[in-house]
Amino acid sequence: MSETPSAAARARYWRKNLSWLGGLLSVWFIVSYGCGILFVDQLDKIRIPGTGFKLGFWFAQQGSIYVFLVLIAIYVLAMNRLDRELLGEEGDDA
Amino acid sequence: MHSLLSNNVYLAAMDPVQKWTLGIAVLTFAFYIGIAIWAKAKSTGEFYIAGKGVPSVANGMATAADWMSAASFIGMAGIISFAGRDGARYLMGWTGGYVLLALLLAPYLRRFGKFTVPDFIGDRYYSNIARLVAVVCAIFVSFTYVCGQMQGVGIVFARFLKVDAEAGVLIGMGLVFFYAVMGGMKGITYTQVAQYCVLIFAFTVPAIFIAIQMTGNPIPQLGFGGEYKDSGMYLLDRLDGLSTELGFGNYTEGQKGTFDMFCITAALMLGTAGLPHVIVRFYTVKKVKAARTSAFWALLFIAILYTVAPAVAVFARSNLLDTVSNKPYAEMPSWFKNWEETDLIVFDDKNGDGIIQYTGRTDKNAAELPDLEMNELTVNRDIMVLANPEIAKLPNWVVGLVAAGGLAAALSTAAGLLLVISTAVAHDLVKKTIKPDLSEKKELLLARIAAGGAVVVAGYFGMNPPDYVAAVVAFAFGLAASSFFPAIILGIFWKRANLPGVVTGMVVGLLFTAGYIVYFKFLNKAAGEDEWWLGISPEGIGTFGMIINFVLAIGISLATKPPPPEVQHLVDRVRFPRKAFVDEENE
Repeated sequence: MSETPSAAARARYWRKNLSWLGGLLSVWFIVSYGCGILFVDQLDKIRIPGTGFKLGFWFAQQGSIYVFLVLIAIYVLAMNRLDRELLGEEGDDA
Repeated sequence: MHSLLSNNVYLAAMDPVQKWTLGIAVLTFAFYIGIAIWAKAKSTGEFYIAGKGVPSVANGMATAADWMSAASFIGMAGIISFAGRDGARYLMGWTGGYVLLALLLAPYLRRFGKFTVPDFIGDRYYSNIARLVAVVCAIFVSFTYVCGQMQGVGIVFARFLKVDAEAGVLIGMGLVFFYAVMGGMKGITYTQVAQYCVLIFAFTVPAIFIAIQMTGNPIPQLGFGGEYKDSGMYLLDRLDGLSTELGFGNYTEGQKGTFDMFCITAALMLGTAGLPHVIVRFYTVKKVKAARTSAFWALLFIAILYTVAPAVAVFARSNLLDTVSNKPYAEMPSWFKNWEETDLIVFDDKNGDGIIQYTGRTDKNAAELPDLEMNELTVNRDIMVLANPEIAKLPNWVVGLVAAGGLAAALSTAAGLLLVISTAVAHDLVKKTIKPDLSEKKELLLARIAAGGAVVVAGYFGMNPPDYVAAVVAFAFGLAASSFFPAIILGIFWKRANLPGVVTGMVVGLLFTAGYIVYFKFLNKAAGEDEWWLGISPEGIGTFGMIINFVLAIGISLATKPPPPEVQHLVDRVRFPRKAFVDEENE
């Protein structure tokens, strides 16, 4: 059993959690609302080479979903690491 | 003997599509029932949240089946094939919400570790009033949703087995009743895993066939960006050309205003994150870590369907235009006639030349156009997915498979919703508010009775669909976004959020959103888009309701007393792993 973390360690854990959230949600916003809605017409002037996809159209109907998946995957890994930092190697969140 | 004979006569009269559909439907139904018997729930814990024993991959699949309703399976690709690029609001809206769920809600609510969303609201805001408001929202949102599912079951039965829609709804009711009432969350979860497999197979197999037919690429996601057959022309460019020629506008360009697109997408995302039947799935896994992982699996399994759907939309649209536009009515294939019988395809030969004119030029300017250019064909967009395999001349078993997939999608969602309703009644309303000394055995019985009652009510509305079923979908998402979402987010991320602030925010956000939708959908149906406030459609107004909710909740919380210390402690317990507290706890 590892030692119980101090209040300072907990505060650090929460701060790091919030900064991961901020970063990942910014990407989430830029990809979906930015590329898929707000700037879709500008991006549509570009074509993905070798395909019939206009870039904005592709982001709106395909790309945003792939990015969402990657974001959740990164979050899962990041939080698992944060949990270990706080609780030690065998730290497990019951 | 007599009934056996008439059965044989009936079977002989069925066309091959019906036989395949019936066969596959019976097989899958038997499979679901078998699972339900195997996974019978024995305690309230198993009934409400499957005893927290579901592995995260299985939970991800079940969440995906729970989430993907008749609307996702049958409706969405059809909507996209008529809306073109604007259809992205559903694609992004219904997947982007999972990012919010995985990052902002699921792990914390799992760590909180009770049964329901109203549980969290009630405890965090230390009040049964807050709990009741949440219960009412949960029941209302779930009911509007479940009626649509039952109706979807009726449509599939009516079209593919040629039985009455009523009989179809009855069969569906019987089946859901059986495994939801008996198995509870545990039974539902494992049937949903099976239903996910059926529905994803049924959705992707025809898409792969058609992708090969049209583009030579077996992966639909890549295929719809490829070249059409050997024409040397990209499929999307060809569809743009066809659509523009017929007056529908460019498929790959948007027709909707940017601001409205923004609001609708946001309302769908926030609504997704706030829907009680989705949130409760994350209570069923073993650990907080597993809640995060299963959100990933859920989105992965959902993304398979959601990235294929826009490809199906393009294939179906191209095939439809190629098959019907400017072709003689007498030469239409049998699927066209079959759907005409259900009135979902209507051909009105205005100029009497026997040729189908299909155009997007509306009747408004028809007066200036010669008769030749008037639209003579109405196609209900909901039939695109179901008719797609027939339009593409795929084998009969594929058509039957799609029908079974539609049933799996509708039934799995209906079961999840019924469970939320029964939990809300038995646990949140009776056990937590009215009669706290209720024994577990009685509570379990009550939950089963409530689930049974909910099946009957949902079945009634499925058979007698009020004409506003389509309209109330806007309700479910808008209301979830404008009520639950801010209350839960503030509850986790802002210790200062208190009872008066959050309850006022929930009630006002809800009333504002409901009022706007009721006004434009029911009271003043004639009101056109130019009367919408800031150009926001009723589908998108939940975003504004949510902002109002946040502003009021924060403002009023700051102006009133902070919540009691034990609530602030509860928030800490939700934020940090349990082991971070062993020094302060005597466990």
